[in-house]
Amino acid sequence: MQTVETHPTLAGAAAAMRERSRYIAGGTLVMRAMNYGATGIETLLRSGDAALREIRHDSGGIRIGAGVTMAEVIASRELDFLAPVARVIGGPAIRNMATVGGNLFAAHPYGDFTVALLALDAQVIWADGHREGIEPFLAGRSGTRGLVAAVQVPRPATGEFRFHKVSRVKPKGVSVMSIAGWLPMAAGRVGAARLAFGAMGPTPLRAKAAEAALRGVTLDADGIAPAVRVAAEGLAPADDALASAWYRREVAPVHLKRLLLAERRV
Amino acid sequence: MAKVPVRFTLNDAEVALFVDPGANLLDVLRRGAGDLTPKHGCGQGTCGACTVRIGGEVHLACLTLAEAAEGQRIETTGGLANGAELHPLQRAFMDGFAAQCGFCTAGMLMAAKTLLDRSPNPSRDEVAEAISGNLCRCTGYEPIIDAILTAAAQMQGRAVG
Amino acid sequence: MTSIEFRKDLFANERDDTLNEIGKPTIRQDILGHVTGRTPFYDDHLFDGLLHMRAVRSPHHHARIRSLDTAAAERMPGVRRVVKPGDVPNNLNTLLSLIGFGKDDEPLLSGQKVSYKGEPVCAVIADTEAQARAAVAAVRVDWEVLPHVLDVEEALAPGAPSVNPTYPNNTFDYHERYDHQKLRFGDVQAGFAQADHIIEAEYQMSPIEQAPIETCGAIAAPEQNDRYVCHTNTQALFFSLGTTAKLLNLASSRLHFIGGTAGGGFGGKVDSIVEPMAVLGAVLTGRPVKFAWDRPEEMQVGAPRGAERWRIKDGVRRDGRIVAREFTGFFDSGAYTRLSSYAIIKGVGHLPGPYSIPNVAANVYCVFTNRTPATAMRGFGITGVDFSIEVQMDRVAEAVGMNPIDLRILNAYRDGDMKAHRRVAKNTALIECCQVAAGKAGWAISSESTAASSLVGGGEGARGTIPETVTDQEGLIGARRAGRVTDTAPARTGTGRVAAGHAGVAIVAAPPQREDMQIAADRIGHRMGSGPGAVPPPVAPRPSGPVPARPAASAGPVPPRGSITPPPGFAPPQAPPTPPSVPVPYPTYAAPPPAPPQPPAPASAAPYAPDQPFSRGVKRPGASPFLSGTRRR
Ligand SMILES: Cc1cc2nc3c(=O)[nH]c(=O)nc-3n(C[C@H](O)[C@H](O)[C@H](O)COP(=O)(O)OP(=O)(O)OC[C@H]3O[C@@H](n4cnc5c(N)ncnc54)[C@H](O)[C@@H]3O)c2cc1C
Repeated sequence: MQTVETHPTLAGAAAAMRERSRYIAGGTLVMRAMNYGATGIETLLRSGDAALREIRHDSGGIRIGAGVTMAEVIASRELDFLAPVARVIGGPAIRNMATVGGNLFAAHPYGDFTVALLALDAQVIWADGHREGIEPFLAGRSGTRGLVAAVQVPRPATGEFRFHKVSRVKPKGVSVMSIAGWLPMAAGRVGAARLAFGAMGPTPLRAKAAEAALRGVTLDADGIAPAVRVAAEGLAPADDALASAWYRREVAPVHLKRLLLAERRV
Repeated sequence: MAKVPVRFTLNDAEVALFVDPGANLLDVLRRGAGDLTPKHGCGQGTCGACTVRIGGEVHLACLTLAEAAEGQRIETTGGLANGAELHPLQRAFMDGFAAQCGFCTAGMLMAAKTLLDRSPNPSRDEVAEAISGNLCRCTGYEPIIDAILTAAAQMQGRAVG
Repeated sequence: MTSIEFRKDLFANERDDTLNEIGKPTIRQDILGHVTGRTPFYDDHLFDGLLHMRAVRSPHHHARIRSLDTAAAERMPGVRRVVKPGDVPNNLNTLLSLIGFGKDDEPLLSGQKVSYKGEPVCAVIADTEAQARAAVAAVRVDWEVLPHVLDVEEALAPGAPSVNPTYPNNTFDYHERYDHQKLRFGDVQAGFAQADHIIEAEYQMSPIEQAPIETCGAIAAPEQNDRYVCHTNTQALFFSLGTTAKLLNLASSRLHFIGGTAGGGFGGKVDSIVEPMAVLGAVLTGRPVKFAWDRPEEMQVGAPRGAERWRIKDGVRRDGRIVAREFTGFFDSGAYTRLSSYAIIKGVGHLPGPYSIPNVAANVYCVFTNRTPATAMRGFGITGVDFSIEVQMDRVAEAVGMNPIDLRILNAYRDGDMKAHRRVAKNTALIECCQVAAGKAGWAISSESTAASSLVGGGEGARGTIPETVTDQEGLIGARRAGRVTDTAPARTGTGRVAAGHAGVAIVAAPPQREDMQIAADRIGHRMGSGPGAVPPPVAPRPSGPVPARPAASAGPVPPRGSITPPPGFAPPQAPPTPPSVPVPYPTYAAPPPAPPQPPAPASAAPYAPDQPFSRGVKRPGASPFLSGTRRR
């Protein structure tokens, strides 16, 4: 028999975490597991902490509370650059429920928002206040270590952030892959680019070979060709019901090219 | 087993129930509150047959922890008609053959109502987007989209005079 | 909104314009319930003290059960009962046994071995669904994993694992003689010899899950008068009732089935598995029990439209005329028969598609593999081969350098043509469909095609008669497994000939159906006092054996020893075998009513002899005693 505990503060919930407890945010993944007999969960922990729902500027960028939903991201003026990402996560009901914090932990093929966070080099802010880069966070994600209070993202200059989700069912389909790119430009050339792929490995992954190949190029067919060639390098796609690993590798360059050339074809 | 109390309003009526900890809202609405209009199609959030409105926004009852409904305003298709008078959406679904087996209909209507509350004059694309979380396997989406647009036009007509 | 265009210029004299409903919007009679959410689906019937049943399923494609340990599960909180194979009174069934077609081959709960992933071996009944799930996880099965086969042709190889103990050769037995269903019409080899082009290709279809939004489920509860009520979303209420009565060895009069409302089905809700499970649960616990598949179960064990593989070989003349067409077809039935055997009968009756081809041969196999059993889905038996035929037509057009629409019109059947299953084609309209479609698509067709008509030229000369037909005896049951036959295609050399226009042996040639298929007024609706009881959904007309011109609803004859039982859908000789010398473009509609449907009698079944006649009883050898309205012995 399970129990549910509601804590006024996130810190309180974090302190109450035990071996067989699970934090529940929007619940889109946790309740699914519960409905299908999650025998490993004894206690569900909730928190009504208002800070979890906050979106605000601070020194290093914009701080997004872990409990902010996709619908709230879409509605936020500050987060307009992330609205195209949030808008393609699930259907309307899912977006009213799904949180940024939950997305950080969503397993393949989910985690589209986290792909964007990875490209933006976000910081993960834990309940005890310590920070961790998104990349090390993802690398160590499988071992649960406390609760996340917020993420912090820099605000990219207009047009420098791009996102592209590939799905078979539109709207609403789950990712065959998603790609986020942060492409800082200087004098018409790409600076230090960051490219992240979702559904191309156990967690969102950076395409570092392609990032390196983008340095200093112009965003045209010739300029991006070397990056497109190495698009899938360093990625580790798997077979699933949506697509085979082979297919994902095969089409990754096509979709990266569309992202980089800002082709509006999906 | 240790049940926990939950209170909410369901279609404007006060409901107070004891629920199993960890139960989902769909089970509680159907078996506890006796509102059988939301349907169980998948228990995974994929089909949308259990779509209800919480605080005026669409939610999936099967993925909502029953305790999270505490103090909320919940609406279902069971409360859509005004007594014997059908909501224009219900009429339009009837007239436009927008339901065949009827299993997805209650969820579709909740998604459609939420759209029209916010956007009384939606485009076809907006309608498709609004019902994108609701699967239909028999009617096909076209008659459903047509019906929602028809209802929107009728409601506008009435509002304008 | 959708608009319907009526082409009143076409076939104008074949109908009077008195359509009252078609073409006009109508309000569904059940729609008020749908839009108010009040339509009662099976799960909308609330029962106090409802128990939940969940199945323990095989994680393997093929495995023997060494032992089943339910001790821990029985001690889990909330568990009321663990249901094991031994609890099922009559634990072997085949769906079509209700119409006497095929052998019982599938347990409700498997005790010996499992033959597909997800096959149920036992079930747990508990107070809550979560408790049932937890207890299912606590059941220990000691599996001896066996080699499996997932491909239809690999399953035919002599060394292939044997999937289904009832059919150890991995093929359904047709007519108690062959490992496939045969169609022979004319002489395809002679046809190929006359052809200028031979076009061969293979087509493969995958299984398709019907995926209704409401998964298969049923709730059963003890009722007054020692009966059990069962609320179900079956698509075939009396089929499910009969199946439940048979598996549970209960008189059908003790079952009160309530259905009629399905949240989508598309063929996926005819298999009658959840109903016997729920009723068994209610019998064993004395409480209301719900057995419903969750979404992954619906996808994994819900029987899909089966996979099919077709090879088509066409002999074509330079001018585009197809003179011979040969089919080799494989239906992947999965581990058990369900409806695939019947789908093949239906499909073979449809060959060679809507075309007049003088020489046709087909071998079609219902193959058992370690995949999820296949069942009905929208037009099953026809859709796969139709897809193959139409793609093949495009290939043929390409080979002879012809406009594909012209090619279709050239070969299209017309009223009065003799079809390969020995019935005269009537009400044909392929030519007109092609003409209209070409017009709509702006696709130019030849002047001959434009001038062609389904009403002209059909049945002329050879087109209207049964040709001399080459027969063979290849593919006897078991011969393939023993390595004596390897080729799956129709035999290259015949061992017999049936004279043109002659009835011959029932299996290969029957006289054309001269009588019309017009529904006789006295056959519409329910007739008390005569005729068979409830029959399952769409079933082709069944043979009644040689009967006098006006057949009575009496028992069909038991086939003589050694004769071949005609399959369902096979034309029985209904009139003296006179080949039609005159084309019959407009058959007269004043025919006597055709024989009422009757299933073929399995030769092995003991004659059914009820001790008392029952008003709507089915009194013929081999008929199921479980049909509604039939008194059980
Ligand atoms: C039908 C459907 C469609 C979906 N489509 C998409 C899609 O298109 N793209 C996509 O990315 N995802 C999709 N998802 C997955 C999911 O909805 C999202 O990833 C969502 O963001 C998860 O958030 P949640 O709040 O619902 O998580 P929950 O279910 O509440 O939690 C998920 C996990 O995260 C942990 N967690 C949550 N918050 C915190 C925190 N603050 N600190 C530590 N751990 C935490 C939980 O303990 C749990 O392990 C879909 C889900 C469904 C059911």
